[in-house]
Amino acid sequence: MKDSDSPMESLRTVSEKPTEPGVLARAVGTLGQFTLSAGRSIFSMLGGMSLLLGKATSYTTKGLLVPGQRIGRNALIAQMVRVGVRAVPIVILIQLAIGMILPLQMFPKLDEFGQSEQIATINAIAGFRELGPLMTAVVLCGFAGASIAAELGTMATAEEIEALQVSGLNPVRFLVVPRLLATIIMTIMLTVIADIVMVASGMFTAVKLGIDPDIYFQLTTEALDLSGFATGLVKAAVFGLLIGLIACFLGLSVKPWQGSAGVGQATTKTVVYCIVAIITADAVFTLVFYSYGLFD
Amino acid sequence: MAAETKKKPVIEIRQMVKSFGSQRVLDGINLQVYPGEIMVIIGGSGCGKSTLLRHLIGSLIPDEGSVKLFGQDITTMSENELNEVRKRLGILFQSGALFNSLTVGENVALLLQEHTNLDEPTIDIMVKIKLELVGLRRHSDKMPAQLSGGMKKRAGLARAIALDPQILFYDEPSAGLDPVTSAQVDQLIIDLTRKLRVTSVVVTHEMDSAFTIADRMCMLDRGRILKIGSRQEFEALRDSEPDKLQSQQDKLVRQFLRGDAHGPITDRKLTRDYEDDLLMVSLKHQT
Repeated sequence: MKDSDSPMESLRTVSEKPTEPGVLARAVGTLGQFTLSAGRSIFSMLGGMSLLLGKATSYTTKGLLVPGQRIGRNALIAQMVRVGVRAVPIVILIQLAIGMILPLQMFPKLDEFGQSEQIATINAIAGFRELGPLMTAVVLCGFAGASIAAELGTMATAEEIEALQVSGLNPVRFLVVPRLLATIIMTIMLTVIADIVMVASGMFTAVKLGIDPDIYFQLTTEALDLSGFATGLVKAAVFGLLIGLIACFLGLSVKPWQGSAGVGQATTKTVVYCIVAIITADAVFTLVFYSYGLFD
Repeated sequence: MAAETKKKPVIEIRQMVKSFGSQRVLDGINLQVYPGEIMVIIGGSGCGKSTLLRHLIGSLIPDEGSVKLFGQDITTMSENELNEVRKRLGILFQSGALFNSLTVGENVALLLQEHTNLDEPTIDIMVKIKLELVGLRRHSDKMPAQLSGGMKKRAGLARAIALDPQILFYDEPSAGLDPVTSAQVDQLIIDLTRKLRVTSVVVTHEMDSAFTIADRMCMLDRGRILKIGSRQEFEALRDSEPDKLQSQQDKLVRQFLRGDAHGPITDRKLTRDYEDDLLMVSLKHQT
């Protein structure tokens, strides 16, 4: 090397050659390539996940209907404990905080209009319809999603998945079905807990702000009808399904030769994709429910 | 035991080709394995022997050619048909590939629970028998993480023989084991083959182990088969004088069998473009 800026020199000569495309053309090209590959990977992922969901559904139905094809009850319970039970304290903590934040934020404005007791209504609707399922699902992205993806990814790198396959044991029936069912069931159950905690925490905060607990309770029960509760639980079920599906798909996509790096990638992707999927699904749900007047 | 050519082969590979992207990993493989023999496939790292094994158990499907097990072509089978054939196979993976969430005993019991109609007491007895065969009966309740490398392999072997398979596949059975444990695993392979009357296919690059267990051997190199022959033929080749060998292939096989640092295998490695490569680097930084 002659002097320090010689590599830059050589770069410049290369880029000034007339045959080379300009910066703009290259940028457009890169963007196009990126879009194409991103589009392709999104489609292949959606396709793979649909396929996985189809297989899992068929094995679940068979497991429930055909006598010989049982679903491993022990595996299901183990997964439910792993996915759900450990997340209970975190969900409670988060919902305690949110049940406190919402009334405190709304109180001054509502008080201006002399409607401070409406905190109860807002808290109930926000909790049951939106924040209960959403926050539970976000917590489970980390708790269930990441751990499922990491576990399945590690199993793939340790040749365990292949061992299952060549033993004639289908990984979907054996690994995916219990995990998928467990995330769905536990998201619903944790959402119920989250709802109750948020209302209780909101009530405590409201009482501290000087609202009569009887009125708070009455307004909460008025705001809460079966449809609000049902909306939240339908959402929770779908969120649980999304978490389980994305985590299982990405975990199983790890190839044995990718090693620990592959497991790490799958785990990170799972958390990110789960949160994106959940919030997108939430928006779609809210839009559909609102437009069609469902669950009013 | 020499090749019993009169018997029908249990494994028959014809003109098998497999590429990953532009790289041809297996290139026209023809191989027959006969009932009751131990066929050892040897070859350097990356020569395609693990890939070959994965085709034999239906994990990979070849681009061309056929793989027949028990006379049935597994490359054209549906998943369900393949699973039926797989019940007659046992596979010992390189790492043992035990299911880490289950105990050693549960690992062995799993296949019996899933694939047979046996009741629990019978399965318990079967598990004990299989574990005793590999010397792990007392470790039935341990988790795989608590086992040493050799014990994991033996537990993997117990699981592989759970359903009394007719063919056993071994992927690097002695890799990563100390000499004594490795010898024990070799002995176990021989014992099991004789006791259970199974056909065994062993992939390895440990020559001591290969010469101990093989009935016949097959050397794979760069995706092609260099030589197939009885153990005696390979032993003769190993102990031969290099000057007396005519073919280049035999010289290659000889170097591999002896584990010599110098020879035709190492000579053909790309050393010629080394100078060019260095020259290119200096040119790149000058201009």
